[in-house]
Amino acid sequence: MQSNSATQNSVLPKKGSRNTRLANDRLVVFLFLLPALILFLIFVVYPIFRSVYYSTFDWKGLGQPVHNIGLGNYVKIIDDEVFQKSVKNVVIIIVLSLVLQLPAAIILANMVGRNLPGRALFRTIFFLPYVLSEVNTGIMWMLLYNPDPERGFFNGILVQLGLHPVNWLADMNVVLFAVFLTLTWKYFGFHLLLYLTGLQNIPTEIEEAARMDGATSIQSFFFITLPLLSSTIKTSVQMSVLGSIQQFILVWVMTRGGPVNASETMATYMYRFGLVRFQFGYGAAVAIIMFIICVIFSLLYQQLTRKPDYLTGL
Amino acid sequence: MARKLYTLLSIVFIAAFMLSACTTPTQAPAAATNAPAAATDAPAAATDVPAAAEPVVITWWHISTKDPALSDWQKMADDYMAAHSNVKIEITVLENEAFKTKLTTVMQSGEVPDIFQSWGQGGMIEQVNAGLLKDITADLDANGGEWRNSLGALDAFAVDGKNYGVPWDMGAVTFWYNKDLFAQAGIEAVPTTWSEFLADCEKLKAAGITPISVGEGDKWPGMHIWAYLVSRIGGADAFAAAAASGDARTGSFEDEAFVQAGYELKKLVDGGYFQEGFLGATHDEMNATFGNGKAAMELGGQWSPSVQAANSADLLGVKNLGMFSFPAVEGGKGLVTDIVGGGNGFAIGANAEPEAIDFVKYLTSLDNQKVIAASNTGIPVAKGAGVALADPNMVLVSEAVANSTYYQLYFDQVLPSAMGGIINDAVQKIFAGTATPEEVCAEIEAGFLAQ
Repeated sequence: MQSNSATQNSVLPKKGSRNTRLANDRLVVFLFLLPALILFLIFVVYPIFRSVYYSTFDWKGLGQPVHNIGLGNYVKIIDDEVFQKSVKNVVIIIVLSLVLQLPAAIILANMVGRNLPGRALFRTIFFLPYVLSEVNTGIMWMLLYNPDPERGFFNGILVQLGLHPVNWLADMNVVLFAVFLTLTWKYFGFHLLLYLTGLQNIPTEIEEAARMDGATSIQSFFFITLPLLSSTIKTSVQMSVLGSIQQFILVWVMTRGGPVNASETMATYMYRFGLVRFQFGYGAAVAIIMFIICVIFSLLYQQLTRKPDYLTGL
Repeated sequence: MARKLYTLLSIVFIAAFMLSACTTPTQAPAAATNAPAAATDAPAAATDVPAAAEPVVITWWHISTKDPALSDWQKMADDYMAAHSNVKIEITVLENEAFKTKLTTVMQSGEVPDIFQSWGQGGMIEQVNAGLLKDITADLDANGGEWRNSLGALDAFAVDGKNYGVPWDMGAVTFWYNKDLFAQAGIEAVPTTWSEFLADCEKLKAAGITPISVGEGDKWPGMHIWAYLVSRIGGADAFAAAAASGDARTGSFEDEAFVQAGYELKKLVDGGYFQEGFLGATHDEMNATFGNGKAAMELGGQWSPSVQAANSADLLGVKNLGMFSFPAVEGGKGLVTDIVGGGNGFAIGANAEPEAIDFVKYLTSLDNQKVIAASNTGIPVAKGAGVALADPNMVLVSEAVANSTYYQLYFDQVLPSAMGGIINDAVQKIFAGTATPEEVCAEIEAGFLAQ
């Protein structure tokens, strides 16, 4: 479009037509964007501002909010031990995801992405949990985690092995890790898929060249595959962190954030104190805090990872 | 020509609606007198309901997710629709917790269903104050109070003398126990005092039997143990004094009865009387444990036997099931015959058509209440329906209710709705051992003062 109009301009002597043309283009662009923009403003931007407004009220959700308390909700939230606990839990989930879940996905992607026999089958198996709904996953894992060795799969195995059964979802020291295991099972297929796509983009010549130079497969992985995957890793890390901050369904289905807040995440905290306890202003304030954390993380992360990608230069 | 006819017809309809809307409220009871015949004789009622040809859609949300209640309700709706060709009943079945969440959301918009599950009092009062419910006092009083006199326990669904719903089930929370396991542990009589109860727990534990099954992951099953202890220790007055508002409030949730209840509950936790993993168990899971004969007792309401059966491996539940009232605590003011309980009812949404009210009348008719009684879905409130109770367990609950010296509605139903979550979260800390009873009571008191 751009180059086209430029050549036409060189033919046309009139000076004003270029500007009209450009203005026309802009108008068309604007008109095409308009429907999406309107929807975006109504369903994304407006609710955010509305939430900010509600978050300054002590409001039970029935009738109009009248009791404005300014930043009172925010002060209360940041002061609340349960909220601090939920932030800590989210941080633990993020760290575990980055340290365990993503490396596992990279390693598996390398295995099933290359020349493993029956790799199509493995790819399907690993991706299957991601397709399953979160509620189904939660209920299924609750059954697996059942403390009764005669009914729970994990405790059944432990008892068969002569070990002590574990109260997976009832022990306050274990529950968060039990939930994390389910999260990993559920989501690592998604990251695996991301890495598989990334691997497809790496030209085989580079690896072949390295092999000719005598690089071992481990060297080739660390010095060629990983650096060339960097842009995929960037995306995957960001998805993983944001997903962890917003995690709600699985946790709520399996533990309701319990026992006694041991598996509380920020999202379950928002639900418990906003909806269950009918404090909608307070809940809105929690949502705004989560929103701010997500935005700050995204901006910082993009600043920190600005180094261009090796392959695309982006 | 045809078009003109339609136009004329619609104008007539619009005019009819406007005129009927203009009638003064005092005339409403007179208009309603036509309808009560429906209660006993549904098919005949079709001709009495005004504007019979006008199609009406009734939206109904209930929480009976399992049979037989699920199909019983469906059949009643089908029968009613068959008798009233203009009425279409849209049923939405929701699980308990999902229902509460979804109702909260629709309450925001004011678009409540015509008929929906309600437990009365606390939560219902808030809905009334928000203008979401319809006053059906006139319908109850029509025909010399025919409908009103046919039902019991209407007070739970009344605010300031006006009715906004009707109950269909009123029961009691009691201990259910496995007679075989009691015999196995050498316990001959059910405990009537708290120290006997603790001694029996110890006997069961010594015999290698889990004494009590509780679903503390859902929180409310365990909360009822604490609520009963409060009621047994402090009597009717302790809770009433703490739950009142304004100048009527003479007590607090930090009073002796509440704290001591926490310590008594702690004895059960410290004694190790609950099943493995009780902190994470759901209500279904707790009933699976008891229903499969893996625990000797559980505290639960009239719904328990059917939930136990539904969650047990053979779908039959405990073969030798017994029931006893929560034991009296020595030195406490409450009697062993005082009851903590509640029931289920239907609230009427503000926009409900007269047909919806007529349908609820049909649902709570003697015949349909007998169906509810016969299938063990609940303890009927319609007078004379109790004879249909086939299950001896339900007869026991029904007798406990009938002979109660004091009827304490569930704590979380009497208090403002947010308090349910606060009490549940606080009491769970006693089960988990993360807070002392004093701290738990202070948390509840702080939550109450913030309402």
